[in-house]
Amino acid sequence: MLDKIIIEQLETVAGKKNVLTSKVDMVAYSYDATADLPRQSPDIVVFPTSAEMVQDIVNLARRHKIAIYPRGAGTNLSGGAVPLKKGIVLSFQKMDQILEVDAANLTAVVQPGVIIAALNAAVAPHGLIYPPDPGTVATATMGGSAAENSGGLRGLKYGVTKNYIMGMEVVLANGEKVRFGGKTVKNVTAYDFSNLFVGSEGTLGIITELTTKLIPAPKYRRTMMGIFKTLTDAGNAVAGIIAAHVIPATLEIMDRMTIRTVEDFAHIGLPVHAEALLLIEVDGMSEDLVHTEAEAVMQVVKDNNGDLKTAETDQERDQLWLARRNALPALASLNNTVVLEDATVPRSRITDMLIACEAIGKKYNLTLGTFGHAGDGNLHPTILCDKHNLEEIERVHQAVDEIFKVALSFGGTLSGEHGIGVAKMKYLGDELGQSGLNLMRSIKESLDPEFILNPGKMVPVREN
Amino acid sequence: MTSTEKTKVGPVRKTYHDDLAIVREELDKCMKCGNCMSVCPVYGAEKLETSVTRSKIAVAEAVLDGELELDDPEVYDMLFNCLVCKSCMTGCPTKVDFGRIIVALRAALVRKNGLPWLKKMIFSTMKHPKLFDAGLRIGAAMQSLAFKSDKGGKAISPRSPFALVGGGIGFDAERQMPALNITPLRERVPEVVNADNAWLKVAFFTGDSLNYFYPDAGMDLIEVLTANNIEIHIPKAQNCCGVPVLVHGDIETVRTLARNNIDTFDKTGCEYLITGCGSCGGAWQHDYTDILAADPVYAPRAEYWAKRTYDISTFLTRVITLRPPKGRVERVVTYHDSCHLKKSMKVFAEPREILKSIPGITFKEMSAPDACCGSGGSYVLSHYETSSIIGRKKIDDINRTKADTVSVGCPACMMQLLDNVHRGGAEQDVVHYISLLAESYRKEKDGQGSA
Ligand SMILES: Cc1cc2nc3c(=O)[nH]c(=O)nc-3n(C[C@H](O)[C@H](O)[C@H](O)COP(=O)(O)OP(=O)(O)OC[C@H]3O[C@@H](n4cnc5c(N)ncnc54)[C@H](O)[C@@H]3O)c2cc1C
Ligand code: SF4
Ligand code: SF4
Repeated sequence: MLDKIIIEQLETVAGKKNVLTSKVDMVAYSYDATADLPRQSPDIVVFPTSAEMVQDIVNLARRHKIAIYPRGAGTNLSGGAVPLKKGIVLSFQKMDQILEVDAANLTAVVQPGVIIAALNAAVAPHGLIYPPDPGTVATATMGGSAAENSGGLRGLKYGVTKNYIMGMEVVLANGEKVRFGGKTVKNVTAYDFSNLFVGSEGTLGIITELTTKLIPAPKYRRTMMGIFKTLTDAGNAVAGIIAAHVIPATLEIMDRMTIRTVEDFAHIGLPVHAEALLLIEVDGMSEDLVHTEAEAVMQVVKDNNGDLKTAETDQERDQLWLARRNALPALASLNNTVVLEDATVPRSRITDMLIACEAIGKKYNLTLGTFGHAGDGNLHPTILCDKHNLEEIERVHQAVDEIFKVALSFGGTLSGEHGIGVAKMKYLGDELGQSGLNLMRSIKESLDPEFILNPGKMVPVREN
Repeated sequence: MTSTEKTKVGPVRKTYHDDLAIVREELDKCMKCGNCMSVCPVYGAEKLETSVTRSKIAVAEAVLDGELELDDPEVYDMLFNCLVCKSCMTGCPTKVDFGRIIVALRAALVRKNGLPWLKKMIFSTMKHPKLFDAGLRIGAAMQSLAFKSDKGGKAISPRSPFALVGGGIGFDAERQMPALNITPLRERVPEVVNADNAWLKVAFFTGDSLNYFYPDAGMDLIEVLTANNIEIHIPKAQNCCGVPVLVHGDIETVRTLARNNIDTFDKTGCEYLITGCGSCGGAWQHDYTDILAADPVYAPRAEYWAKRTYDISTFLTRVITLRPPKGRVERVVTYHDSCHLKKSMKVFAEPREILKSIPGITFKEMSAPDACCGSGGSYVLSHYETSSIIGRKKIDDINRTKADTVSVGCPACMMQLLDNVHRGGAEQDVVHYISLLAESYRKEKDGQGSA
């Protein structure tokens, strides 16, 4: 429990209506979307309404050595928003204003609590889009997705969050506010701070404003599905599409287990005997170009023994997308706990990784389906388990360990988009080595020597 | 003993309404993904994690784990900050049945503590002059149950919330009914309404809201059916569907109401049960089978009617082919999807088909037609501020369509929208969609055809 005086000080700083302390409210802020992680209630939740207010809160917290956890919508999958060591949850749900849409410079300026879909709705009348599209576009915040460097379905062609953050305002652990970057396309002034804070998961600074890049919305698109009898054929098709110099906006894969589960769940007529399925969408500004690219993709699918389905209308497109949209819901319906990983490998190792995941599922006798972003090597091996069965949970942990090991052995990475948080901290050394861990620690400690910003995430708290 | 005999004489099985532990499995389904944040109207208005579905689930888990007490005032305040609109069930990836969870929680609370919160809520309403009119109406609806239980001697549980609503605080029938100043629907019509050349007979469950608040809409529904040569049975012994009581967790009262309604409709000998309200229809289609699941006598009857209950729009367009409307109705109309009609009964295409088939009507869709209007029965009384914010969003959306008429399929929404078009809207007409069809039929009769 926080001292009463500190609560009163926070109420003075933020206003009584922007502070929550009741037990029930604390439970409401005790978790995020991460499975298999115990709840932890904070001491207090504060809703800042300005950067200055954030500074005051940070100064107060630092004086009293109280931890602060920035929080957007709490949808991340690595435990980043869970207040592990109690303290203050700083919720940005009320700082949700779009401050500017500058169509001439193709930029927008937003507060951290803006929902991704709200930004897209605001720029749509200008014929523009903000491309990063995690599965949670309708709920996740700009601050949270910047802090996670979220990806999404369009990552292959359009990149991820870091490619769209041009400038920021950040409150540091010492209470100072810094602004860097801005509306210019080119900017080499000072260190590349944007890329330091994007993906820092609230451990280095608190984002209070973002300047984002926008792009013109593609005018044409074609959607196709390729159905394959072997994983090798599917993997070769992915390689073939890139070799044909087509970069699809979407290039998604689903394994046999996922296909069958989706079919049982949604009855949409999927080929349950197929080993893999690719959902491919090409888009662009010119009808001819999109047509040519679609033709090339279809040829590659055929050359690799795939059956083709194409969509001529929006309705048919929705039909093809149904399979992918239902992947996670269908798998999740199999049991009460969904362990959704995002181990990522170089594109050329996709087939190997799919085969390895399936084998690991078998080895540990687990229900495991894999789907994901084949185009960028970002797979989601998904394990469905019963959280009340501790013996099974133990096997899940072993399987996850092994999935990471395999991904690293293929030259891949622990996380393509879901972040490190608490969930994957212990694996960091496997990928970075001791010198990498040391670098992480020296950055963390120089910016936040007392570990008040999101302690226990990414960098272990130093035990004194 | 055969297995069927066993179920007949064995110990009475419980449903999740009787034992909170039974909802554990439903709670387990929630993966805390947060998708419900994008649809929950209460969250949309308050922007607090505490207002959203997944947090109510987390709190329920904490209660079952013994971390929180169910009757902690903080807990029940949170549990009642919900419209039971079921919007959260539409985008939920794991299909968590939150409707069940919230009712189970409230039922557990009622079992533990009775209904003191209801009295508190109604008292607070009385202090709020703006709420007075809405209070009158809802109070009258609640009163009608207590009223009926006095007169007819029907066994309504003495634990009924309405037993608490004594005359002293202004909710007595004598004072309310005249204040509403309308003759209830079932007093206007005989129990059997004949039609020329009747080829089919159906039973009409009026519900309390069409009976007491919008009897004119009820009359329109009857008129439409007779115009389609259908005989209508409107048994006088029917009572409230029970949804207002169900959502407050008083399960035994709902069971009594449900059994009485089932007995009453069994006697009609009809094979179709028609409703003009999403909550009533949802009760017959889903809630009665749920709450009576462990009742060996009534469970099969509830199943029987669940399969034979139709919203009037579904009946007109999917069961029969309605007589095409010919009279011109010159209106620009938008349609609000009532939560229980769309999310519980899955009715949304049919009313639109009917409206679009009426000559003269220009149909304008709003941007979020299925966003909750914020009524939630008594929610508007207990959470006036949040309800107003939700209502305001709805009205802004309606205003943008430039429609002069807002059509709806649920009387509770009509009440809320009427209040809101008055305060923030352009005084649009708020009507049951069936009234527009009736209007067209009438115009045709008067010779104002489309030709
Ligand atoms: C069903 C589902 C599908 C998903 N699909 C994808 C996907 O396709 N791609 C993908 O990349 N991710 C995906 N995610 C993960 C998640 O949605 C994203 O990481 C999301 O961008 C997080 O945003 P948020 O607002 O919920 O952040 P939160 O979860 O609230 O926070 C995330 C992290 O950012 C920090 N943070 C939040 N706000 C700030 C701030 N203002 N300043 C500093 N730090 C801050 C927090 O401390 C935390 O560490 C998915 C999640 C779910 C549940
Ligand atoms: S959408 Fe469903 S599964 Fe997701 S948090 Fe809400 S209730 Fe839980
Ligand atoms: S029933 Fe409605 S108000 Fe209640 S949690 Fe679900 S969406 Fe929110």
